[in-house]
Amino acid sequence: MKLVTAIIQPHRTDEVRAALEAAGVKGVTVSEAAGYGRQKGHTEVYRGAEYTVDLVPKTRLEVLVDDADAATVTEAIVSAAQTGKIGDGKVWTVPVDDVARVRTGEHGADAL
Amino acid sequence: MDSGNIAWLLISASLVLLMTPGLAFFYGGMSRGKSVLNMMMMSFGAMAVGVLAWITFGFSIASGDTMNNIIGNPLTDFGLQSTMESGDALGIITAGFGATFAIITVALISGSVADRMKFGSWLVFAFLWVILVYSPVAHWVWGTGTNGEGFDALLGAGGPLFGDVAGPYDFAGGTVVHINAGVAGLVMALLLGVRKGFGKEPMRPHNLPFVMLGAALLWFGWFGFNAGSAYAADGFAATAWVNTTVATAIAILGWLLVEKIRDGKATSLGAASGVVSGLVAITPACASVDAFGAAIIGLLAGALSALAVGLKYKFGYDDSLDVVGVHLVSGLWGTLAIGLLANGTINGDAGLFYGGGITLFGVQAAAAGITMVYSAIATLIIGLAIKYTIGLRVSEEVEVSGIDLAEHGETAYEEAK
Repeated sequence: MKLVTAIIQPHRTDEVRAALEAAGVKGVTVSEAAGYGRQKGHTEVYRGAEYTVDLVPKTRLEVLVDDADAATVTEAIVSAAQTGKIGDGKVWTVPVDDVARVRTGEHGADAL
Repeated sequence: MDSGNIAWLLISASLVLLMTPGLAFFYGGMSRGKSVLNMMMMSFGAMAVGVLAWITFGFSIASGDTMNNIIGNPLTDFGLQSTMESGDALGIITAGFGATFAIITVALISGSVADRMKFGSWLVFAFLWVILVYSPVAHWVWGTGTNGEGFDALLGAGGPLFGDVAGPYDFAGGTVVHINAGVAGLVMALLLGVRKGFGKEPMRPHNLPFVMLGAALLWFGWFGFNAGSAYAADGFAATAWVNTTVATAIAILGWLLVEKIRDGKATSLGAASGVVSGLVAITPACASVDAFGAAIIGLLAGALSALAVGLKYKFGYDDSLDVVGVHLVSGLWGTLAIGLLANGTINGDAGLFYGGGITLFGVQAAAAGITMVYSAIATLIIGLAIKYTIGLRVSEEVEVSGIDLAEHGETAYEEAK
């Protein structure tokens, strides 16, 4: 099993969720995140005084998938989230030892 | 009894009273989330001690029997006793109307001491300042309400310097309210010193919708301030109402134009600030100019104050919410503008561009200058007295963790920065 984590532009969240659904993904965890990459922060001006805001708001998506589906899911996220501008985000995959479904106590692939 | 005029003054006094809670929102939104309650409490605290100061000695010093045109006799009407027993409706509500002016004036100063002044010290300061600074200057500007006292006697009509004008014109308080509060704000900012991180770390306004709400309440209340200062529902009141609206509307444009050119964007904070700068500048001039003059006053007020709010970073004084940049600068501009733009057909002497001489400008500048010098010295004395007795400033630890919790035992939000 794999954990696919994506940091994307918040305004692409709906498109990415639709793409994941189309790819057959049954569940996703979405959270608000903040950070910066090559995009860096932005400046805000209050009464002429400039403030640099270092951390840019992002959306973080986490999806648990079968090993075989990881590449498909990654591609689905990338194509749905892409705008071509700096700040689009990143997607990465890490191996997962075990997953348990709390309601039933199932383990492994059955719990996905 | 003229019930029409009395009704208008009852409403005006209520409108001006609303300005101080409005100011609490205007300032509260501009402060940081960890000190918004303290910011708003300084306005509400000003209401508490301002009224006490006014009914004890403030009213007598401002409007009591004049002592050589310098101050009213402080013992003229302790507790408003004789005014209340007079049965004169206009006189009674005039005393109440005056209280609302004293309150808002001292509350304005709180913007320069944001995040770092002990609340108890603020209450003591506000009480003393109303009695010792606001009330004497109010006597110079308005006296007992009859012409020929205070500044009129000291500077105008038949005097050695400016004999050919009636005296300085200040309809609703450009000198006594705005220049006075602006200078006091500067003195207090210097006495308190800068906040930790001033000019280095961001101190962005935590709630701009509060600032917009506050500006709206201030604008509404200001009709009582300016049009109410006619003390009658008459032509001067109507003139003041129109000029107040015109100058304020155009001041928004003035501020936003500067922002657009300098910073690239027109901001909501700029619009709200433009409202206040326009209101401040038209305050002294609202019964002296025509709508064209009001528009010029508003445009330049917005532009000048938008430029002036950057001065604190250059000179290194932490006038946190720009009492100097908005109230002193626009208050000075409005007071001086009478000397240029006063329409003699509307009210008394004409300004330089309306066929009058330069004398009116001179007497306006003299009134502004005397107010600035007196306000600076008297505020400094009060501030130093508090600094070396009960202290002015909270500890650095309190300032960093948030003055709301330390001084009031409350926080506005669950996680306030």
